[in-house]
Amino acid sequence: MKKNWPLWEVFVRSKNGLEHRHFGSLHAADADMALENARDVYTRRSEGVSIWVVPSKHITASNPEHHGELFEPAQDKVYRHPTFYNLPDEVKHM
Amino acid sequence: MSEKEIKNLEALFDQRIARDEKIEPKDWMPEKYRKTHIRQISQHAHSEIVGMLPEGNWITRAPSMRRKVALLAKVQDEAGHGLYLYSACETLGISRDELFEQLHTGKAKYSSIFNYPTITWADIGAIGWLVDGAAIINQVPLCSTSYGPYARAMIRVCKEESFHQRQGYEIMMTLAGGSPEQKELAQDALNRWWWPSLMMLGPTDAESVHTEQSMKWKLKRKTNDELRQQFIDQTVPQADLIGLRIPDPDLKWNEETNHYDFGAIDWDEFWQVVKGHGPCNTERLSARIQAWEEGEWVRDAAVAYADKKEDKKLKKAI
Repeated sequence: MKKNWPLWEVFVRSKNGLEHRHFGSLHAADADMALENARDVYTRRSEGVSIWVVPSKHITASNPEHHGELFEPAQDKVYRHPTFYNLPDEVKHM
Repeated sequence: MSEKEIKNLEALFDQRIARDEKIEPKDWMPEKYRKTHIRQISQHAHSEIVGMLPEGNWITRAPSMRRKVALLAKVQDEAGHGLYLYSACETLGISRDELFEQLHTGKAKYSSIFNYPTITWADIGAIGWLVDGAAIINQVPLCSTSYGPYARAMIRVCKEESFHQRQGYEIMMTLAGGSPEQKELAQDALNRWWWPSLMMLGPTDAESVHTEQSMKWKLKRKTNDELRQQFIDQTVPQADLIGLRIPDPDLKWNEETNHYDFGAIDWDEFWQVVKGHGPCNTERLSARIQAWEEGEWVRDAAVAYADKKEDKKLKKAI
């Protein structure tokens, strides 16, 4: 069977101090080629100072159908936010 | 899934889009939404890739180093845009190879404008100014389309596209301000590219079969006729400014509508080119197929090399 170039996900740090962010994906035969292609495809205008490439098949993603059980429990926990707590007006910075 | 369940999901889906929520690859979507998006995004990607061919024709003959580096960068951008869009399209569950096969067998279309030849250097100016100009008008609303990966790709494309139009207009401006022969070259290119550029914005609303559904899915924010009017209104003053004449005797500013009135478009020509009878349809497609077939051994060699390296790593580990 003919083998196609696998898919890679590309993450780029736009400047030091910022995190790598997902930029897109591309096909390449191996990791070195994925890096080179990512440089040409996603950083033609100085968009980055560092690139990560990850084989797409190694990413495990949550299922949107499980949105409720995964993320809804956080919604009624307002006490995790600072605005939940009452302070006297005199306290300016806390 | 029962028909009733699907109807329910579809209603929820429509509500999400109405609320301007984005749809992401793993979300449930109606089959028709998926298919329509594969069709449109792939057609868009193919247009970027085939669009490199008419311009590539002039890279080695650009009149100066400045023009040459600009044209090279533009063509490289188009390859990049094609790649962003193919990736976005693949998130809908179709493989890159299937997409290429659809292009090569003629099952998928690309923009008809690229089936016209680039016979003089001025054509490179006209393409940047008019073809990229029309493309930008088409593409800007797509930055807020409902399918997340497509919208994100379009934001990158639009950011990069504006230099394309400017470099084209600069070429036209320089020629129009040059010798009488150079000005004639610019006028001739405008004469040939004007009408195909208007057609590029798609059939009139009355004839457009996809418009209504696409508006609902925010794949389209304005109708073809609205976009065309916008293109004409913005381009005519640009032609005036550099002393070129739009080749339309019926073109006239309308005080009442605040738009230009324009002459009838030859839609027969448009459909002829769409159906494969344009001046360069055969040439473009065979250039694509040839590049794909002649690149096969390179793709295979790269895979073989990657496998060999992987094997070596495994053996070392044992």
